[in-house]
Amino acid sequence: MKSIILRDIRLALRAGGGLGQALGFFVIFVVLVPFGIGDDQALNARLAPGLLWIGALLSALLTLERIFYADWQDGSLEVIMTSSLPLEAYVLGKMIVHWAMVMMPLVALAPVLAVLLNLEAGAYGMMLLSLFLGAPALSAIGVFAAGLTVSIQRGGLLLSLLVLPLYIPTLMFGATSVRRAAMGFEMSSSLMILAAISLASLAVLPFVTAASLRAIMR
Amino acid sequence: MSLWEYANPVKFLRLSRKLRPWVTLGAVLGCSIGIVWGFFFTPEERVQGASVKIIYLHVPSALVAINAWFLMFVASLIWLIRRHHVSALAAKAAAPIGAVMTLIGLITGALWGQQTWGSWWEWDPRLTSFLILFVFYIGYIALWDAIEDPDLAADLTAILCLVGSVFAVLSRYASLFFNQGLHQDASMSVDKAENVSDVFWQPLVLSMAGFILLALALTLLRTETEIFKRRTAALIRREVH
Repeated sequence: MKSIILRDIRLALRAGGGLGQALGFFVIFVVLVPFGIGDDQALNARLAPGLLWIGALLSALLTLERIFYADWQDGSLEVIMTSSLPLEAYVLGKMIVHWAMVMMPLVALAPVLAVLLNLEAGAYGMMLLSLFLGAPALSAIGVFAAGLTVSIQRGGLLLSLLVLPLYIPTLMFGATSVRRAAMGFEMSSSLMILAAISLASLAVLPFVTAASLRAIMR
Repeated sequence: MSLWEYANPVKFLRLSRKLRPWVTLGAVLGCSIGIVWGFFFTPEERVQGASVKIIYLHVPSALVAINAWFLMFVASLIWLIRRHHVSALAAKAAAPIGAVMTLIGLITGALWGQQTWGSWWEWDPRLTSFLILFVFYIGYIALWDAIEDPDLAADLTAILCLVGSVFAVLSRYASLFFNQGLHQDASMSVDKAENVSDVFWQPLVLSMAGFILLALALTLLRTETEIFKRRTAALIRREVH
């Protein structure tokens, strides 16, 4: 499992793995906001928590299609299935790599973009914390949906149709906690639920994804 | 004689053909009597006026919308555990019915909301979760359409249905968390002293029964069609090879 993770990280570093594109998309998304909404700083500050969350989520979406695609195309998936490594561990490795190589850079970029959107000074810590806690859920759910659609030609559009509704609870609790922090309210309950969604997704979805990969390889 | 006998497509077809005329008759009677009674022979509500009559479409369609998903959930579980093809096909058959019922619930709700709340749409927990349910139906149907191999499609859509159910329920409670909402609570609970008044209640129950039977009749019909489609495909394959 360690070698799978290291291989994928190396691949992601060498080929870019869509990371640069995801980061670029995140920047463009935030830059587009004032053009669409206007440069009212107070309004932008109110919208910032939700927009940053939606932007991070859409940028993560861009990278999902290729998660299993190469392994499925070149037959490494078959080799992995016949090896002694449980398929569940392989899927969990994919989730970890996606989290480390896509979500973490996006989270790191978020404070810079928050400046552009004039986020309340008091909400920066909470925004980082909520993205950090929600990122594993976004990775796990994304890898699950990527597993469902890997065998479909041009499945990218379908993938977003499937994955975005699944992202709703994570988005709702994540953005709510930043919004409440920006207004100076208590937000530990929504953060705890956010962490619970991440933990439950990481615990359950590798098994579900492995089941769908087995069905596809049958 | 166990329930599982009807996992055999031939036996299921025989049963379904026997039941369907009666279910259809019940659906026609329930819907027509319930709706006509509700529309023309009930008094107008004191505050809402005639707009209250939307209830005879709104509540039954919402009821079917949720229970069609529940049926898909159970059918998907049966498919994944016992691999009965009829079960997978029933889940596939129920999805468009549920999606249309969700849409009817949303549209009648918008019309009613415009009359009583003064707005077509509110981000109220119930409205939000119905919209999310509709998106889940669309994704589920799209996944069925995208995969050619029928067994693989059944597997993957069943997995999606189970995972989707968990997230749909989660979204339901998440939306409670973020907005208090305008929609009234359940008005027909069995354990509450104060419910909808009897004059409105009796035709409503009829039309709810009618909608449920209608959804059942359509599901049976669509399941039969799916079985025939699969048989035709098998026959064509045999001809070609």
